Amino acid sequence: MILDRAACLSCGLCADSCPQQAIAMENGHPVFNENCIQCGLCADSCPAEALKRPETAAAKADNTVLVVVEQSNGRVEEVSLALIAKAQAMTGQCAALLCGPCPESAAQTLINCGADTVFFAPDERLVYPEEGLYTALVCALVEKLAPAALLIGATPFGRSIAPRIAARLHTGLTADCTALSIEEETGLLLQTRPAFGGNLMATIRCAAARPQMATVRPGVFPVPALAGPRTGRVETLETPAEAQPFYQVLTRAQGAQEDGLAKAEIIVTVGRGIGIRKNMALAYRLAELLGAQVGVTRPLVDAGWATTQQQIGQTGCSVSPKLLIAVGVSGAIQHLSGMTGAKTVVAINSDPDAPIFSVTDFGIVGVCEDVLPQLIEALSK
Amino acid sequence: MKFAVCVKQVPGTTEVQLDPVTHTIIRDGRKGVTNPFDAAAVELAVTLKEQVGGSVTAISMGIPAAESMLRDCIARGADEGVLLTDRQFAGADTLATSYTLSKGIEKMGGADCILCGRMAVDGDTAQIGPELAERLGLPHVTDVIAVLSVEENALVLRKTTADGTIDLRVALPCVITVLREVAQVRLPSIEGIRRSFAAPVHVWSAADIGTDPARTGLNGSPTQVMRTFVPEKTKITKMFSGTPEEQATALCTALKEVL
Repeated sequence: MILDRAACLSCGLCADSCPQQAIAMENGHPVFNENCIQCGLCADSCPAEALKRPETAAAKADNTVLVVVEQSNGRVEEVSLALIAKAQAMTGQCAALLCGPCPESAAQTLINCGADTVFFAPDERLVYPEEGLYTALVCALVEKLAPAALLIGATPFGRSIAPRIAARLHTGLTADCTALSIEEETGLLLQTRPAFGGNLMATIRCAAARPQMATVRPGVFPVPALAGPRTGRVETLETPAEAQPFYQVLTRAQGAQEDGLAKAEIIVTVGRGIGIRKNMALAYRLAELLGAQVGVTRPLVDAGWATTQQQIGQTGCSVSPKLLIAVGVSGAIQHLSGMTGAKTVVAINSDPDAPIFSVTDFGIVGVCEDVLPQLIEALSK
Repeated sequence: MKFAVCVKQVPGTTEVQLDPVTHTIIRDGRKGVTNPFDAAAVELAVTLKEQVGGSVTAISMGIPAAESMLRDCIARGADEGVLLTDRQFAGADTLATSYTLSKGIEKMGGADCILCGRMAVDGDTAQIGPELAERLGLPHVTDVIAVLSVEENALVLRKTTADGTIDLRVALPCVITVLREVAQVRLPSIEGIRRSFAAPVHVWSAADIGTDPARTGLNGSPTQVMRTFVPEKTKITKMFSGTPEEQATALCTALKEVL
């Protein structure tokens, strides 16, 4: 940190604010020891603005963002590609970790998306994502690379390894972010996530520990169009010798719908306003016409009209389709939080004051039983 | 087998309301409920205990009032409760919370199987299970939907993944996080409710479990909330009026532009 001695009031607030106990007051001025991580909290606390964070080469070198890529059978998750592009756009320094056997072209795809260096761990045991080995690999790489930030897609696997890694590295982790940016004054990563069912957004930062970790909700950042090839480096990594898998996989079963609701492009969601159970057939007919999948609100699962896998919302799944048609859905907060990623929302509901209309592009106030047959007929033409 | 279940008291979710002026959460002191995922974890632990024998301890970090939730867990079949409560624990993020829980579980003498709900419905992070497992140096399995069998030194589990399910064997001791469908939560029995009045709920402070003050509560939390805000309404809603037929036709035209 850089001190303007003339401006310093000798108040000692900087020493009190330091989470690293890196500041001692000597002769009325702060003196920094080797514990300083240049988090800038002392500068924030200084009433006289006498402390500044150095814009030195060392601080700049602290800008690398490491993205942990998730792949299965050579198919890289879209959220991993999106995060690489976002990391490159934010700091201009992005490294990616690619684990498990996969075609050589996968590393080049990551470079084309924005990775400057791809660390590739071709361990055969990582043919499917597994937490024990991934955690050991990521932690070994973090020790070597000392990245400023570590980003992971908020997939089910990402949300399992990220907290494991954060605990091993003794650092902070923000779950399921929907926005990321770099704070101009401090260079810190600002991580924004929905809280309380999406009713409130919280912006979180991690000043005093490294790396700054976040999982990011799929579908939030765009997958980069693969333009001309970029150049980057590929470095092979060995899995640390002591690393062990947490469990032994016996069998794997693919779900009936391979990608499920989470990746559906068009979804028809049904809520209690559908009326009687027989009307579910209307929703399915509409979905069939549109090539859509059918999601539901929790009361329909509780009533046994649909499966748990179809439930959208806080205790179900999150979706981000291009088009979502909500039929008889009132729009409880818990449900809305699962559909914040939907681009175009259509709602049909008999209550003009239903909260669903506050997130709707096109709305129809009407009874589902009356409107759906007409809509099906109009779409059939 | 010794089961420990981590439980959290959350606001009854429909009661979460925001102050329109300050945008802070209105906590009117109404009774909290057990996080529904944790309730399923308690039910699972009790079911497994009924099969293989052993004991179930429900453990929570929270305010003193969380004792009532632990007694409810006992009424539903747990044998005892442990409440970790101390002013030092306030303001904890998941890293500090998992550290505190790990010290509480160590003080209990550990457990063969530690169960957590997949996530809490108020925080939504799903981080405590894996972080706790790391602190305890145990393997973890997330998103468990069924326990297929209990072996002498292992569990055979089914978990969900992004595209299906995996059946796996994990060695004991371990930490698992469960989805709600892992167990059908039963109502407390009369006998259970009677027992819940007398069964022990151990209340342990920071000094009791020997936590490092630099690693608990606000001090031990690397993440800081900088600001909270209400998301802006960015959509302009176009409403279609008229007869159902007219509405449907207008919507159909609009949809063709989107698709």
